[in-house]
Amino acid sequence: MLIELKDVNKTYDNGQPLHVLKGINLSIDSGEFVSIMGASGSGKSTLLNIIGILDNYDTGEYYIDGRLIKGLSEKQAADYRNRMIGFIFQSFNLISFKTAVENVELPLFYQGVSRSKRHELAMQYLEKLGLADWAGHYPNEMSGGQKQRVAIARALITNPKILLADEPTGALDSKTSEEVMQLLAKLNREEGVTIIVVTHESGVANCTDKIVHIKDGLIGRIEDNREHRASMFGANTIMK
Amino acid sequence: MRFDLDTYREIADSLVRNKSRSLLTGFGVFWGVFMLLFLLGGGQGLRQLMSNNFAGFATNTAVIAPSQTTKPWKGMKEGRRWSLTYTDVERLKRMIPELETVTPMVSNWGQEAVNGANTVNANIKGVYADYSKVEEPLIRYGRYINEADVAQERKVCVIGKRIYTSLFPSGGDPCGTMIKVGPVYYQVIGVDFNSGNMSINGNADEAVVVPLPVAQKIYHRGNTIDLLCTCGRSGVKMSSLEDRMRHIIAREHGFDPTDRDATFFLNTEQIFAIMDNLFTGLSFLIWLVGLGTILAGIIGVSNIMMVTVKERTTEIGIRRAIGATPSNILGQIIMESISLTMAAGSFGIVFAVLLLSLLGSIVNGRPDAVPVDFQVSFWTAVVSALLLSILGVIAGLAPASRAMAIKPVDAMRDE
Ligand SMILES: Nc1ncnc2c1ncn2[C@@H]1O[C@H](COP(=O)(O)OP(=O)(O)OP(=O)(O)O)[C@@H](O)[C@H]1O
Ligand SMILES: [Mg+2]
Repeated sequence: MLIELKDVNKTYDNGQPLHVLKGINLSIDSGEFVSIMGASGSGKSTLLNIIGILDNYDTGEYYIDGRLIKGLSEKQAADYRNRMIGFIFQSFNLISFKTAVENVELPLFYQGVSRSKRHELAMQYLEKLGLADWAGHYPNEMSGGQKQRVAIARALITNPKILLADEPTGALDSKTSEEVMQLLAKLNREEGVTIIVVTHESGVANCTDKIVHIKDGLIGRIEDNREHRASMFGANTIMK
Repeated sequence: MRFDLDTYREIADSLVRNKSRSLLTGFGVFWGVFMLLFLLGGGQGLRQLMSNNFAGFATNTAVIAPSQTTKPWKGMKEGRRWSLTYTDVERLKRMIPELETVTPMVSNWGQEAVNGANTVNANIKGVYADYSKVEEPLIRYGRYINEADVAQERKVCVIGKRIYTSLFPSGGDPCGTMIKVGPVYYQVIGVDFNSGNMSINGNADEAVVVPLPVAQKIYHRGNTIDLLCTCGRSGVKMSSLEDRMRHIIAREHGFDPTDRDATFFLNTEQIFAIMDNLFTGLSFLIWLVGLGTILAGIIGVSNIMMVTVKERTTEIGIRRAIGATPSNILGQIIMESISLTMAAGSFGIVFAVLLLSLLGSIVNGRPDAVPVDFQVSFWTAVVSALLLSILGVIAGLAPASRAMAIKPVDAMRDE
């Protein structure tokens, strides 16, 4: 198993304690394309942040590739995030004063890759995502779909095993959402990247192979969706 | 912390992105450094200007002049006048071996010096050759009064700078020329360019120095002298000899040895001490004001960086999420702080140096100015630059620790 969570608990304590994850057990294998669905406030983002080592959990065990992820130093955690995991956010989270190519380069900067090498690689990835012409543009000069594709390029540039996306289509229209999901599906299919997508939209979830439902901090139903029949609007369509 | 071209670009970018903010913050540091260096240079120049006034003066000189007695003594009432005589010279020499030089002076003020059509007001000073040990002349032409001039009572003179420029407006070596001072013709044998303002019995500028016996005879001074100038041997403090000198003179002239006002006693040591204290106080003030201003500037930098860090929470969160370690973030913020401080400070150093050299060229540009160095030393500049980088680190510390506390999850929250 690439990702394995055993009885993971997480409580936020701002004044009064809020038990958000109440014993999560979840296994995701290498090369899977999974979506996580659930009501607002059910703990989807919290779970994804723990999987991405952006946040800590309180009790339980979490393994990546058999290695226990617990009590890591900030430096180790940064290194894991940098080399193993790529992130895609709902609000893109591009750095506004950097051009597309500079944003894509950034993870390599923290890896210590030389300037020319990382520029070359960043250009390759932008090209792959059809954005070569936009390399020199700043985020505020691009559409939502373009920004999200830049973010995907940034997530992919370190060649991570795991790609985590928290509502990647949340800020996009249905057509662009579909394009982004097609792109993720292709990455999963052709390059074997393990992808976990948090979403509200059944159409988005329907593009994935497995749908994990989370309810009140616990894993509910896990749907096998290899047939892509989960959407009532038919396969490969996203309605908004 | 790696040094990549992009590291610098990031720093420059983030400082340039908020131009007016960086400028305003930098100005505080700029002004502080400028103030400190400018005041330091100015203070040093002022000190030199002041000590030029004392130029050529032995630091352990005491001048003795008679005054009125203020206490009754052995049947004589107070208010009695008395005069120094040549025997006092011999007596002090004999009885106080710590004195290297004891030399008398007679003077006559307000004489008219004439050379052809040129006239100028002059003071006659009659001295022995060893007077040059008390007030060292800065001989421009010719020589000073020597033993032979005194022994043979030659009618020769050494003239001060103002006398020279007034009587010899076309310049050149005046030695050999006869000039008339008061009723008598003297042959000029030297020109003394010492322009110190602290001169015994009038400014050296306006003095016509002649052998003492000549002045004594011409002005009918008999056995009395106006002043006694004494120099201690090296290492001797004149203040420690003062009481003994007063006693010897009091006994000779019959007044109360405790009557301090009966003898006028000027000790250059005291004057130098006063000046030293003055300048010590002044430089303390300069450091206080300068460092205070720099400190205020640094606090400004720290404050602004704090605001910047707060504004950049999301950006820093994103960096953390994609692999920046806390020390990467720390390095970035500290480097920004150092860069801002150093850039502003360097401008301050350059501006202070420029203004000081302007000041120097104005002051030294006056005709017949004694050169004064206003410029701060190279090392002062280097040390201030180092100090600035240290202060930059300190200024960056608080904001950097705040930046380090930003968690990667903070990238997810968007307000
Ligand atoms: N840093 C935090 N401090 C305190 N409470 C938090 C924090 N982050 C999340 N929570 C709370 O934890 C609960 C779960 O939040 P989470 O963001 O995981 O929900 P979600 O399933 O992603 O919801 P949504 O679909 O609206 O994004 C919410 O009630 C939220 O208020
Ligand atoms: Mg969420």
